[in-house]
Amino acid sequence: MKTSAGRFVGQSVLRREDPRLLTGRGRYVDDVMVPGMLHCNFVRSDVARGRITRLDVSAARALDGVVAVLTAADLNAHAGSMQPTMLLKIAGAPLRPLAEDDVRFVGDPIALVVAESRYVAEDAADLVEVDIEPDAPVLDVERALDDGAPRVHPELASNLAAEMAFPIAPELDALLRSEGAAHVVTRRFVQHRQTNVPMETRGIVVEYEPAGGVLRAHLSTQNPHEAKLAISRVTGVPAHLVRVSAPDVGGGFGQKFFTQRDELVVALAARRLGRTLKWIEDRRENLIASNHARADLGDCTFALDHDGRLLGTYIDHVEDAGAYPVGATGGAGQLVAMLFTGPYKAPMAACRTRSVWTNTCGRGAYRGPWMFETVAREQMVDEVARAIGIDPLEWRRRNVVPTDQLPYTLPTGLTLEYASPAETLEQAAQMIAYDDFRREQQRALTDNGRLLGIGIGLYVEPSTGMMDPMGTETAVVRVHPGGSVTVALGTGSHGQGIETTMAQVVAEELGIDIDDVAVVQGDTNATAFGRGTGGSGTAVIAGNSCRLACAEVRAKAIDIAAHLMEAAPGDLELGDGSISVKGTPNRKVAFAEVARIAHLDTARLPEGMGIGLEATATFKAPPFSWSNACHACTVEVDRGTGVVHILRYVVSEDCGVMINPMIVEGQIAGGVAQGIGGTLYEHVVYDDDGNPLTGTFMDYLLPTASEVPDIEYGHVETPSATPGGHKGMGEGGAIGSPPAVFNAVADALALVGARVDHTPLSPDTILTALTESNMRG
Amino acid sequence: MPIVEITVNGERRHASVEARKTLTDFLREDCALTGTHLGCEHGVCGACTVLLDGDAVRSCLLFAIQAHGAEVTTVEGIGGTNGALSPVQEAFRTDHGLQCGFCTPGFVVSVTALLRENPAPTDLEIEEALSGNLCRCTGYQGIVRAVQRAAGR
Repeated sequence: MKTSAGRFVGQSVLRREDPRLLTGRGRYVDDVMVPGMLHCNFVRSDVARGRITRLDVSAARALDGVVAVLTAADLNAHAGSMQPTMLLKIAGAPLRPLAEDDVRFVGDPIALVVAESRYVAEDAADLVEVDIEPDAPVLDVERALDDGAPRVHPELASNLAAEMAFPIAPELDALLRSEGAAHVVTRRFVQHRQTNVPMETRGIVVEYEPAGGVLRAHLSTQNPHEAKLAISRVTGVPAHLVRVSAPDVGGGFGQKFFTQRDELVVALAARRLGRTLKWIEDRRENLIASNHARADLGDCTFALDHDGRLLGTYIDHVEDAGAYPVGATGGAGQLVAMLFTGPYKAPMAACRTRSVWTNTCGRGAYRGPWMFETVAREQMVDEVARAIGIDPLEWRRRNVVPTDQLPYTLPTGLTLEYASPAETLEQAAQMIAYDDFRREQQRALTDNGRLLGIGIGLYVEPSTGMMDPMGTETAVVRVHPGGSVTVALGTGSHGQGIETTMAQVVAEELGIDIDDVAVVQGDTNATAFGRGTGGSGTAVIAGNSCRLACAEVRAKAIDIAAHLMEAAPGDLELGDGSISVKGTPNRKVAFAEVARIAHLDTARLPEGMGIGLEATATFKAPPFSWSNACHACTVEVDRGTGVVHILRYVVSEDCGVMINPMIVEGQIAGGVAQGIGGTLYEHVVYDDDGNPLTGTFMDYLLPTASEVPDIEYGHVETPSATPGGHKGMGEGGAIGSPPAVFNAVADALALVGARVDHTPLSPDTILTALTESNMRG
Repeated sequence: MPIVEITVNGERRHASVEARKTLTDFLREDCALTGTHLGCEHGVCGACTVLLDGDAVRSCLLFAIQAHGAEVTTVEGIGGTNGALSPVQEAFRTDHGLQCGFCTPGFVVSVTALLRENPAPTDLEIEEALSGNLCRCTGYQGIVRAVQRAAGR
């Protein structure tokens, strides 16, 4: 393994965020308390689909301590578009601030209570009288597309939210019909509904100052600049008079990337009332009414030659968009379709993807929103390998794109490059001692009838910046007269340690001490417009914007030093806090002295040079920066209880040059835990009437320390072509882990002829599979 | 409204509070100690964990009035003055036991209580002790290591 560690980049520098967070001095949105602040609580629909026949808020308004009870009649006519800025041109759900005339999912907000305390706001919410005439809800994505199915949105022609297809070429059609293919395997996989569950729920504090027309929002967000634009649009306050501050943000995993409807309603209410409002989502709301995710099904077909080599693939994918997805259709079906063949050589592929409205909580981004391509493909690989009688690792070895064949153009036209899927496959197989485990598995079955299994999840992660402004970030690097540096970024750190990692980059590039660099982010008044934090983008996009700005600062500092020392700029180098003559390190001037002269002793600057020492630079990332990883795990399935125990878990990954290996491994671990939880325990459940049944942590089961095994890491480093050589990796842990766990369980069950095709792999799902295989004998 | 008197992090605090006010809200609003967080308000996530007369409890499930006369330690009272970290806090930092930090105060308090009762826990005891606190960022990897480190392993 090659490493490219610098003084700071590549080092596991401890996080500067930690001391304040460990001592209770972090500041999250609920910690923001403003004089005169009022508290909000939503009244939500408890019916999935129906007509509002009566709404009486008079008793609520009359309660002592209640300031206002706002309904659609008070707010809706005053709201601008609630769609995210980058999706304004995409026809999405007919989103409105509060439900008007009808409700479309359980949790649909009907009224907003504003009161002197949260306790009173909740009392008043109980006094709001709502009568809803229920109609049959649309809950099943396939039946939703039937002719004559009731429509989730009566304004729209059907329940089809979006559709895209790569048509089946005649040659592929023949293969899929077994003409010219030795094997054709078709399977359906169903991924169940889950949700992000940041430990801090959503929340907003909005100060509106009517005299000056200025709005300030403190918001738990991954993306302060998008929030500013959205709040401006919805409230009508001009963007230059809107300031959004993201304080410490307690996780998001995609949920807080776009500003959601509820926060926008509170901002609009603050603007209308001219008061400061706080709304903190409670956990039940977060579980039923923020956003859901996953909820996919895919019908997959592989056509293969005699040796199991892929000849062609097809996937027909359907995603459940819910009623009001976050961001137009809320889905990522296009990426599912385009990435289905992933790291494997496939001469031909076709696909169809559809997104469907239902009367459920809207779909939203969740760590790798398109990850069903990996789930469906990797689970399919194991099914195919079993069907044609070769080991799944061997199948992958035969089909993975070898590094010497990169760049490789996927059948959907994307070009895979600067990646190493074959190396990570081999590294993971070696780390988990694949062949030894196969022998142990047989022994355990033969000797004790125990069911052990091994599973692999191999993927490439696009970390795409295709759509403006997702690929762009601007850094402002400002050197103070004393030589210390502030870098301002449009990011919205919510656990990634950006204050640390970006300081590492800047300190490295300027050759100064990391303690002399401060990172400012999460405040639209202090930073240039930026993309926020999400989509695995910070290292590549913000990191390289820092590099570009530092290069400008460095060039100017060297010019100043050259002038002072009467040397040629090309003979100078920067490092250890000074600028020195190459080969003559004693001839030097301190970086701090250069900074002082640039600001305070300007007569000594070269003639015509501008005063000060700072630079603003914008980096635009290439459309794709491919990272890749291979997850492998071993499990034991308890035949008596159906419980799955994970025995070992390894990840071999390649995210190019790591800025901070400790943080990279932390990101992987978090994603893996979410994938384990999602595959085995977490499940958003609705009943037949569209009532959510999982509104508490007693029902929606997150993994605890007892369920997540020790994770072992291997690193391969293939630098990207961007200046720092980084590649995005924040989502990958949650992409590779679900199929690795699923495949390990399926592998164990296959020992006794049992089969699973849907998640979660709860004990009853597994016991049912075992019982069915017993009955088949 | 009843008057409650609680010693919080060594300081005597008293306030007149509604009988239904939770201990968490008392700490956050009346004492301005916002390190104690609300993650679920139904006693599962553990983010609101504080020490009540030395025992780790969920402050979201207690009314402030139930702590009348008691001694409460919040995360703000775990470390030294002037920002010095306790051994548990230091271990969490060293082992990357936190990312977003929202659940962290509850973990710090729970682990502090664990190690006071059982200074040398086994791995199973650590897992069991931690299973009352939820973290969504770390996959518990750094948290488990931090407890082992703080226990001198």
